[in-house]
Amino acid sequence: MARFNEKKKNSAVKKADSRSLFQRMAAAPHIVWMVMFIVAPMLFVVYFAFTDDNGFTFSNIANLSRYSNVFILSIAFALIATVICLLIGYPLAYFMAKSKPKTRKILLVLLMLPMWCNLLIRTYALMALLDNGGLLNSFLQKIGLNTLHIVGSDFGVILGMVYDFLPYMVLPIFTTISKIDKRYTEAAADLGCSSWQTMTKVIFPLSVSGVISGITMVFVPSISTFYISQKLGAGKIDLIGDTIERLFQTPTTYNVGAAISLVMMILILISVGIMNKFSDDEGGIII
Amino acid sequence: MMKFLSKFYMVIVFALLYAPIIVLVIFSFNDGGSLSEFSGFSFKWYAELFEDETALNALKNSLILAIASSLCATVIATFAALGLHHMRKKYVKNAIKSVTNIPMVNPDIVTGVSMMLLFVAVAGIVKSKSFFGFWTMLIAHTTFNLPYVLLSVLPRFNQLDRSLSDAAMDLGCTPTKAFFKVELPQIVPGIISGVMLAFTMSLDDFVISHFVSSPNFQTLPLYVYNQTAHNVKFSMYALCALIIAIILAILLVVNFTGSVNSKRKQPQRR
Repeated sequence: MARFNEKKKNSAVKKADSRSLFQRMAAAPHIVWMVMFIVAPMLFVVYFAFTDDNGFTFSNIANLSRYSNVFILSIAFALIATVICLLIGYPLAYFMAKSKPKTRKILLVLLMLPMWCNLLIRTYALMALLDNGGLLNSFLQKIGLNTLHIVGSDFGVILGMVYDFLPYMVLPIFTTISKIDKRYTEAAADLGCSSWQTMTKVIFPLSVSGVISGITMVFVPSISTFYISQKLGAGKIDLIGDTIERLFQTPTTYNVGAAISLVMMILILISVGIMNKFSDDEGGIII
Repeated sequence: MMKFLSKFYMVIVFALLYAPIIVLVIFSFNDGGSLSEFSGFSFKWYAELFEDETALNALKNSLILAIASSLCATVIATFAALGLHHMRKKYVKNAIKSVTNIPMVNPDIVTGVSMMLLFVAVAGIVKSKSFFGFWTMLIAHTTFNLPYVLLSVLPRFNQLDRSLSDAAMDLGCTPTKAFFKVELPQIVPGIISGVMLAFTMSLDDFVISHFVSSPNFQTLPLYVYNQTAHNVKFSMYALCALIIAIILAILLVVNFTGSVNSKRKQPQRR
């Protein structure tokens, strides 16, 4: 790096700018694309959120209190699903990281396969299994138990979130735990830590960045989902995602939909920002 | 004891993770139209699927879109990585990187809605009704693929040894020529993983496509969504089972051949 800086300085002395036109302009198409298709759409969300047929207005935002129940329910569901994913996923990631290299590789493929499968397929498969006429309920009936009405209940939706997004929690935690230098845990054991203490005082603090990216990767899709609540909530449970999706089906409600999207986006960006503050590491997957 | 418990735990979690998928695959071969009673082995749902022209069309659309959008994103993001690599002003660089990452951090639904509003506004200006379709999908997919490609290409640029391209220029290459002859071959692995990542992201995307598509241009996830909207369709089981089988095959191949590659790559990364 030092050598690089030196060279840079030297060339700066020789010429004001040694970069070719090509090097200077290479990022230009990207910047144009970004402005047109990332920045401009965001501005349109803001524009739609603050206008209606008569022009500028705050009423879209002000009327959002109508949807406060939806917001609270979605946040609660997403939080519960995230916590359950963390509780199930952390031990899984830990055990996976501690297994023999060969087993670890197989386990990793097993973990990746659901991640590569489309979310719709997995949700649909889960619904088929749990549905009233599904395998689980017919089995329960056969052995003389009551059927469970999981599809259409709060529990069903949360179960769907946990099922769909669990691998996204496990993978980053697994990656960070695998990267932890073995000598740390050996040193902790040498200095008299019990295996539990090694876990809580050494391994967990070192895997926080993985936990943070896991939490974001579960929370963000959970709070904005609409397919899971449509299928496993059987249309009875309305989350933010469902509301946005519905409002964007008719042009007259685009403005309210944009307002909800804007608020959700700001909420998520703030929480992701706060979470990233907690991880000293670069966090890997997030900014 | 601890070892046994950890194994037991892993088996349980993976069994639960796979139960729905396995049940779905098994029942895709079910002769009868029931989700709970396996009445006989048959390929009839697969036959029905392959006679369904919409499904085949959706598959074709998905592949075309995934190839086109991953190539577009890769070309744009590779040049962007080159530009960012040579960029002097650090804050401009960071600003560009942050803005590029917006589609990755934002929930898909917000990205989808925002692009839809842009296209709605543009369609209003040009007064065109059949505006949504392949092109809007291509733009949207390219946009959300950009950060993934940039993330896999940019680190390669930072690993480059500058003296190599300096040597090339000393020997008479123009910077442009030096880029194509010296730097580009070194970043090819990053570009390839970028293309692959973008291709799978595009193939997999449902939420963003849902907002920027039209009924005339359906991709496979959109087709699954429309088919599963109301009632259970067994040909969808067959489709899902096929997709799962293909993914499993790809993963096994990648992992099987990947072991050679990853051993070679690892010392470089450190």
